Amino acid sequence: MSSHGIRDRVAIVGMGCTTFGEQWDKGLDDLIVDAAQETFESAGLTKDKVDAYWFGTAQSGMSGITLARPLQLENKPVTRVENYCATGAEALRAAAYAVASGAYDVAMALGAEKVKDGGYQGLNSNNPPNDGTGRTLTAAAMFSMVAPAYAAKYGIDEEQMTDVLATISSKNHYNGARNRRAQFRKEVSKETICASPRVAGGLGVFDCAGVADGAAAAIVVRAEDAHHYTDTPLYIKGLSFVAGTGSGLIDPDYDYTHFPECEAAALDAYRQAGVTDPRRQLALAEVHDCFTPTELVLMEDLGFAARGNAWKEVLAGTFALDGDLPVNPDGGLKSFGHPVGASGLRMFFECWLQLRQEAPPERQIDTDRTLALTHNLGGYPGEMVSFVSVVGTELG
Amino acid sequence: MRGILSAAGYVPYRRLDRADINRFFGTGGGKGTRAVASHDEDTSTLGVEAARLALRARPGLALGAVWFATSTPAYLDKTNATVLHAALRLPSSVPAFDFGGALRSGTGALQTALTNSGSVLVVSADTRDGLATSADESIGGDAAAAIVIGDDGQAGDVIAEWLGSGSATDEFVDRWRIPGEQRSKLWEERFGETRYLALGREAWERALKEVGLAGDEIDQVVVTGMHTRAGKALVRHLGLRDGALHDDLSGTVGQSGTAHPGLVLAAVLEDEAARFAQLGAGRVIALVHLADGADVFVFRTTDALGSFDPARAISDQVRDGAPVTYGKYLSWRNMVEVEPPRRPEPQRVSSSAAWRSEAWKFGFVGSRDRTSGAVHLPPARVSMKGGATDDMEPLPMSDAEGTVVTFTVDRMVFSPSPPVVFAVVDFDGGGRFPVELTDVDDGELAIGDRVEMTFRRLFTADGIHDYFWKAKPVRKERKGEDAQ
Repeated sequence: MSSHGIRDRVAIVGMGCTTFGEQWDKGLDDLIVDAAQETFESAGLTKDKVDAYWFGTAQSGMSGITLARPLQLENKPVTRVENYCATGAEALRAAAYAVASGAYDVAMALGAEKVKDGGYQGLNSNNPPNDGTGRTLTAAAMFSMVAPAYAAKYGIDEEQMTDVLATISSKNHYNGARNRRAQFRKEVSKETICASPRVAGGLGVFDCAGVADGAAAAIVVRAEDAHHYTDTPLYIKGLSFVAGTGSGLIDPDYDYTHFPECEAAALDAYRQAGVTDPRRQLALAEVHDCFTPTELVLMEDLGFAARGNAWKEVLAGTFALDGDLPVNPDGGLKSFGHPVGASGLRMFFECWLQLRQEAPPERQIDTDRTLALTHNLGGYPGEMVSFVSVVGTELG
Repeated sequence: MRGILSAAGYVPYRRLDRADINRFFGTGGGKGTRAVASHDEDTSTLGVEAARLALRARPGLALGAVWFATSTPAYLDKTNATVLHAALRLPSSVPAFDFGGALRSGTGALQTALTNSGSVLVVSADTRDGLATSADESIGGDAAAAIVIGDDGQAGDVIAEWLGSGSATDEFVDRWRIPGEQRSKLWEERFGETRYLALGREAWERALKEVGLAGDEIDQVVVTGMHTRAGKALVRHLGLRDGALHDDLSGTVGQSGTAHPGLVLAAVLEDEAARFAQLGAGRVIALVHLADGADVFVFRTTDALGSFDPARAISDQVRDGAPVTYGKYLSWRNMVEVEPPRRPEPQRVSSSAAWRSEAWKFGFVGSRDRTSGAVHLPPARVSMKGGATDDMEPLPMSDAEGTVVTFTVDRMVFSPSPPVVFAVVDFDGGGRFPVELTDVDDGELAIGDRVEMTFRRLFTADGIHDYFWKAKPVRKERKGEDAQ
């Protein structure tokens, strides 16, 4: 992949994030206004000072007007973006590139999703008219095929595999319990997780991310302007995006134990950011734990563990809040909840808090590392989009 | 010589134990089982499966027409035979016609094909319903039959020569159903019995006179019809030899209405072929069907029957069935509405999109990259290996078998009969497709299992049926096990 990247050319100078969850009393406009207000205040500016807006939502609205109307943005370029579950990250990527290009001085990325007005559990897609031959499986079912494939490949018995996945879920619930914005703020024991009803394949309720309403936003400026807004900006080190070909679904060589789109995006982001040893250079990673086997496999795809070793590292606590490389210290999709268009930006929000030492003490990571990673994916094993970013507090 | 070039029956996988009806309601039911179409089958898909088996048993047949008869059509106004036509990948020059509505339309199509010219694929299918505890519920069965009628020299000679037919026709109301109704209604049984006995004897005499044979010169006879009591009574008046009466499958499959004459005729021919070394050619077979009159057909087996190799004999299908609970049966037939998963129901299929992908959707035709050999399911223009563009050849995959690489059970997704069993299948000779499984019980499937493709109806939205292919476990290996 031949991307040049924009290392150290753009900085995040303000962020906001609503509470995620079943927000029956808030509509999409409320979520947008809440996240935008917090973000404007965080950067110390007003909406008129933002030159351009990128609005990410998967299914809650169409066109830039969905953002321009509730915020009453007059004569502003507002673009709606959608890229499956990486929608929020895609909004930030577009805003950052717009600033890096010199086209704008200040840009905002805001992601929002109102999923709880649909009347159904889980996420629901709105497909264009079609010939009726496409798969109609839930995401849970598609991702459930990863666990047995991984276990078989690396000789892990069913009991061990269940323990590994429960460890991931339990860890994310532990972290979410220390996050006032999270959807599920309760620690859950591995016993409870293992006893939960199955929804697809071997996956139980506690293996699946929460589906939530929510919004998050960031304001980006050129790096040299960052200190006009804050003493502690987050510099963008790398932004990578891969849209898969979908051929994994029909390619007999694909084995459901890794996500090639995520590997490729990670390599590209590391190259842009100059990261050579993510496991030792990153202070934390926010990854797309839509289902517990997804987080497990991502530890290898993102280079945090050698192939076939992630399960051992999970059991050893490597990715726990006090581990060598904390993963999803805010609770992840599992516990924080997953408002599709907002999740990518929510991940940046945790990096914003952690690297600036602003996380609540009960989950503030004690480290001298200055880099963090966010990772989004959307779609299914064999057919997905993937986003990886690296951000840091230091230039160079 | 004109007669039968190939014949096959399709019996759906599920069986309802008639005693379960009585166990549930304390009344109704009976002995034996009836065949039950799965929730994803209708008369068109049953017909496709029967036709595939008939054509597979006689490769190289060039069909001049496909006719489809059913009393329970999936569509009205719109032709159902075109669904079969598309699934069988027949050329557009082969016309496809429906014979609709009446239980007599199956034998009507058969008689018309025999007196016609060229080779005609006559497919008949029915799903038989009745209110809970009714006689129709118990005696009915779901099945399809496919008989190819033609002349010698059509990819081989006829396996049974048509000697002649005899008919008797009368207008009387014994069994009736208003369009749109699911259940049939019946007049007092004795009235129909009296009429059918007289009409059956009349047609039988005419047929025997036509072919110049006596009743005791017929080697195998089958009598079908929804008025089972009349059928049993008629048998006693046919002057048959001992042992000439062939099992009518009513104890295992049930009376499958329009399909039943073809189904039992195919079963007789398969039995004759299986015992050909012992019985030889020249055996006379008579088929009697009682519906708004009586139709009698007389055939004589030929030497070509000796090399007739059924793709999957009806007797094997009858043996390989698996039970369905009475509750599930009632829900599949919309006699009881059960709570669906709380997920959105599917949207209707786009007619124009479906038409564009006819070869894929109905024929399960993928494409193969001529350069890399990579198989694409569905067909693609740009190859996933090597990137060649518009250099693909069509690859029909409906008869390919495959192996389960991995699978899952989806308990959340919408389905007319949850949960959905879904597998990633690698086909022999190349190609992978993630596909829903059917005719499989939760917990039955394992990685490495063998599967084959079957034509099904996925769902119906806005009255448009979504036809596509699913995979089902290959069960024919049991035949080999029995032989050992």
